[in-house]
Amino acid sequence: MRNSKQRQKIAFFLLFLATLLIVIPVGLIVVIIIQKGLPAINWQFLSDMPRKGMRAGGIFPAIVGTLYLVTGAIIFALPIGLFAAIYLSEYAKENFLTRVIKLAIVNLAGVPSVVYGLFGLALFVVFFKFGASILSGSLTLGIMILPIIITASREALESVPQSFREVSLSLGASKWQTIKNIVLPNAIPGILTGTILGLGRAAGETAPILFTVAAFYLPRLPASVFDQAMALPYHLYVISTQVPNVDEKIRYGTALVLLAMVLFMNLIAIIIRYQFRKKKKW
Amino acid sequence: MVKVKIETHDLNVWFGSVQAISRLNLEVYENEILSVIGPANSGKTTFLRALNRMNDLNPNYKMSGLVEMDRKDVSGLDVELLRRRVGMVFALPLPLPLSIFDNVAYGVRMHGMRGGQKLSRVVKESLKQAYLWDEVKGRLDESAFKLSGGQQQRLCIARTLAVEPEVILFDEPCSGLDPISTSKVEDAMVKLKEKYTIVLVTNNVKQAARVGDRTAFFLSSELIEVDKTEKIFTAPDDSRTDGYIRGKFG
Repeated sequence: MRNSKQRQKIAFFLLFLATLLIVIPVGLIVVIIIQKGLPAINWQFLSDMPRKGMRAGGIFPAIVGTLYLVTGAIIFALPIGLFAAIYLSEYAKENFLTRVIKLAIVNLAGVPSVVYGLFGLALFVVFFKFGASILSGSLTLGIMILPIIITASREALESVPQSFREVSLSLGASKWQTIKNIVLPNAIPGILTGTILGLGRAAGETAPILFTVAAFYLPRLPASVFDQAMALPYHLYVISTQVPNVDEKIRYGTALVLLAMVLFMNLIAIIIRYQFRKKKKW
Repeated sequence: MVKVKIETHDLNVWFGSVQAISRLNLEVYENEILSVIGPANSGKTTFLRALNRMNDLNPNYKMSGLVEMDRKDVSGLDVELLRRRVGMVFALPLPLPLSIFDNVAYGVRMHGMRGGQKLSRVVKESLKQAYLWDEVKGRLDESAFKLSGGQQQRLCIARTLAVEPEVILFDEPCSGLDPISTSKVEDAMVKLKEKYTIVLVTNNVKQAARVGDRTAFFLSSELIEVDKTEKIFTAPDDSRTDGYIRGKFG
């Protein structure tokens, strides 16, 4: 009897320890980056061009580049992902083709990001002759986040109760009217959440933009979608490994800005989800 | 002479390999309430959903035979037009996540009626017919989910009426309601048969006796008998009908 109680205590302690171990690295990353990066953050750092071979000045073009890339990725990925999700959850019959499509989406999510980079290089940069450009980078990131958007949208659509669809159809509404007026409005929060999580992923990835858009050092803003651009994750990689004697402050400052952008997006996703749960009426 | 509104000829329905209705021949007369009683899985709801083709939504659905409305095969009709003519009230109150007004206006709007006084009039008339107007007239903009269960079910009736159907199918409409709400819904049904043809599927045998003009008894996917309600409840032809009504099984 005593023995089993002791074992329970040990099991409980081990489980608790494992859970605690998850929190520690997250906490440490945030604390170290804030501690070392915060001194670098000022208005000049955020709004100035990099100077003296990136050893001084700011990271403005990298921030702008990342924003452009994320926006571009979403312009491509959201409509395609959403339409595909609507097709799969509302129209597609269960058959061989839909199973293949669903399998493809799952696998798309598992492809390593550097493979996306190589794919983007071959298809957009070389084959379509977009060159290393914001367009190529956005398309590559867009494909990378497609599975995230499709999966989140499908879950959101399928969480709308079947009974709502039946009521709408029983009143003589067409299938498309039902989707447009009943299903979509109630799925939007879930779709938005998934989209923002996809954005966060796109903002943070280095490998897909490595060959498709990222400029090593480009102290001006891109003029069109066919321009190269700097981007935060790649800039961080460059100043950390490729350029000697960059002040630690600048490196951690850059990391802090990137982290803050991604965490901010995730925060928005959490807030949307929370608001929706609070208002949910069924 | 009573006019036949809906009839089925040798209707068979399967879901996958399970037969839900076998060789059903049944007529529904215009402006009557036909009650359909029987134990669970006897095919009552499947019969109901065959009339407005809601069964079509099930990918495993197969049928043979004929369902006719006004002597026309319903599988040849445009399904959206058919469902406008044959409205349905579901077992549980199922308001759409919209305001009270928008719930009632939903069907009419889908059929192309845009805003304005005409729409408001339709909503008001429908709510009055469902005996709900007096309880909600001051708060049409509120969410339909703020209503009580009984009010929600009458809202669903109003929503069905707004489309101006010819037939209304009630699928155990009072199964989730308290006795007072139930009697309100029943009052509404009796009143409605003046204008509409009503098919009422119910698990409540007493309800069938209270409101049905005729009653049909289903058992294990077959129609056992159908006759005037008084006859079914006093001197049924089949001993199984008698047994079910007396609560011996089901």
